[in-house]
Amino acid sequence: MIVSEQKPFQQIFDFVKDYNNILVMGCGTCMTVCMAGGENEAGVLSKQLKLAARQENRNIEIEELTLTRQCDREFFDEDATEKINRAEMVLSLGCGVGVQYIVELFPDVIVRPGVNTKFFGANISQGLWSERCAGCGECVLDEYEGICPIARCAKSLMNGPCGGSSHGMCEIDPENTECGGQLIYDRFKRLNKLDKLMEYKPAKNWSTARDGGPRRVAREDMMFDEEKENN
Amino acid sequence: MKEREPKIIAFCCHYCAFTAADLAGTMRQQYPTNIHIVRLPCTGKVHVNMLLQAFVDEADGVMVAGCEIGSCHFLEGNARAVKRVTLAKEKLQEVGINPERLEMYYIPASEGPLFARSAQEFTDKIKQLDGSKEAETDKGEVPDQDTGQGKGKKDKSQCCK
Amino acid sequence: MDKNKTSSNSNLEQVLQSGEFALTGELGPPKSADRNNILEKANYLKGYVDAANITDNQTAIARLSSIASGVICLEQGLEPVVQITTRDRNRLAIQSDVLGAAALGIKNILCLSGDHQSFGNHPAAKNVFDIDSVQLINMLYKMREQQQFECGDMIRNGKKGPVVEPKIFIGAAANPFAEPLDFRVMRLEKKINAGADFIQTQVIYNMERFSRWMEEVRERGLHKKVYILAGVTPLKSAKMAKYMKDNVSGISFTEDIVKRMEEAEDQKAEGRQIALEQIAELKKMEGVHGVHLMAIGGEKSVPGIAEEAGLLPRPDFNKQ
Repeated sequence: MIVSEQKPFQQIFDFVKDYNNILVMGCGTCMTVCMAGGENEAGVLSKQLKLAARQENRNIEIEELTLTRQCDREFFDEDATEKINRAEMVLSLGCGVGVQYIVELFPDVIVRPGVNTKFFGANISQGLWSERCAGCGECVLDEYEGICPIARCAKSLMNGPCGGSSHGMCEIDPENTECGGQLIYDRFKRLNKLDKLMEYKPAKNWSTARDGGPRRVAREDMMFDEEKENN
Repeated sequence: MKEREPKIIAFCCHYCAFTAADLAGTMRQQYPTNIHIVRLPCTGKVHVNMLLQAFVDEADGVMVAGCEIGSCHFLEGNARAVKRVTLAKEKLQEVGINPERLEMYYIPASEGPLFARSAQEFTDKIKQLDGSKEAETDKGEVPDQDTGQGKGKKDKSQCCK
Repeated sequence: MDKNKTSSNSNLEQVLQSGEFALTGELGPPKSADRNNILEKANYLKGYVDAANITDNQTAIARLSSIASGVICLEQGLEPVVQITTRDRNRLAIQSDVLGAAALGIKNILCLSGDHQSFGNHPAAKNVFDIDSVQLINMLYKMREQQQFECGDMIRNGKKGPVVEPKIFIGAAANPFAEPLDFRVMRLEKKINAGADFIQTQVIYNMERFSRWMEEVRERGLHKKVYILAGVTPLKSAKMAKYMKDNVSGISFTEDIVKRMEEAEDQKAEGRQIALEQIAELKKMEGVHGVHLMAIGGEKSVPGIAEEAGLLPRPDFNKQ
């Protein structure tokens, strides 16, 4: 899933400085699961904004709305449309995708981000998430037996760990970050395939990653006929 | 000038703190009448949203009172509650409300007097916090000592709802 | 490594080919445009080392460029080994720089991934890591041996232009002390297979571990495929030893070295003595072809150590 973290409250409060009618929008998918911007967080943040505004003798109207997903047109129903159009400003607790998608659907509405979108990651234990995928567009996990050198090495080294690997940890953060190269080595050792690590991995083609420009995926078989013409 | 009675919400768990409050009544133990008790099946039911809502609804102080650590009827509801109280305190601090206006208590069912005493002490503390704020307001000084950053709680009649 | 034909005509390569025990030094460019700083350091090293290794934004701190510093050294008659890291530049920039460096007369390049930018003075920088150090080695090898860019295009200016490839003596780093220990010789072999001609090792403060690594190197016959320069840095104080032991990943200390430094009356002299003993031991070790003397901020001390270690005079193939 996409993992985010709520922005510092003061920054969010600065966003609402000039607005008195705000819609706080949670997102029911990734942001709910990573506890950064689901229904619960939207509720807490709305209350905080009300209380903080009250401290400044300001009267602000806040509505809360959590959609199943902010990145899918079908969840923007009539109720949502009405609430979004009514608000002076929408504070989206969706990831960066959600914020932009609202802007696309409602070009006249001011939208501000309530979270910092971090990475594609997994839930490691309660309250802890960790990055696993860099979205490079051409998966190499088959070559590394399921551990990604791009996402899990600070330098994305594809031919083995650098000298900064110590006790299984990466020198940039020895307390928390494992050395991706060590993980790959351990995995190949466990599978009795260490000889495979001798293979030279050539320079990666990054054109499938963000480096190739903004990407899109088109599935003609899934499109409506009129959309096919537009695409 | 007559002292204003602060509005205090006490979220009490059914098995311990609520029973203790009941017992305090039976034992004719005096405790402030301005405490509004909300009975919960367990303090594990408390969440940050609920605690902040109490302040939005103009509470001056919020108590969360559960069983003693280790004797929660649902094993660790009170241990969870205290984590949420801690987070809610941070959230209050962020908006400029003194986090001391929210407190966690552990009160066994048999301790009616402890409930009465805790309620009294908490009320006194809130009065003291309100008092120091009013003094500030009278002098027209900012920032508020209460929060160290806000301008003091505004006149309730103007509050948005 | 072909002992009969040189790939780069560099002095360092010729020294190694001749079978002479090589000695290289280290020169850190300044954090300013101060040309004199380089001249001063170059003058300490000139004539006492076969080549000087010039760092590329070492520890991710912005410094005078390694290629520019290398050219200044060349002008002084000191052969540079220019470091290139993959942290700051992508394959386009690196190949462009390699062509430029070759055109300016630089013949040795050491391929590194580079310290992560979080250790330096621009931790907010975006890192590149378009390629890794092994891929960089292979890129230079392909440029030299196949006269091709990484993309496969020939290294020529248009269809009728002459093919002028950079003739670079390709260096790589090896760390016998980093983890996973079992992988370190494999990684060396990967670098050799990718096209490395010579290796500089991490500084040695654990000779036991280094000897064991060299044993593995010899078992695989790697010492016959690549020149190995063992890293030596004289310790300046017990404090420095302790700091490096506790804070620098990929460096290993034996207890006796720390102890010797702590108990020494003159710690600096003791550090120098340890370095001399190490060089003597390395000279005897089969498969070690030379020493890379990294006197951090102590270029001045290099001639003295070289003299005492019996490594002088240095041969000079460029003048012959």
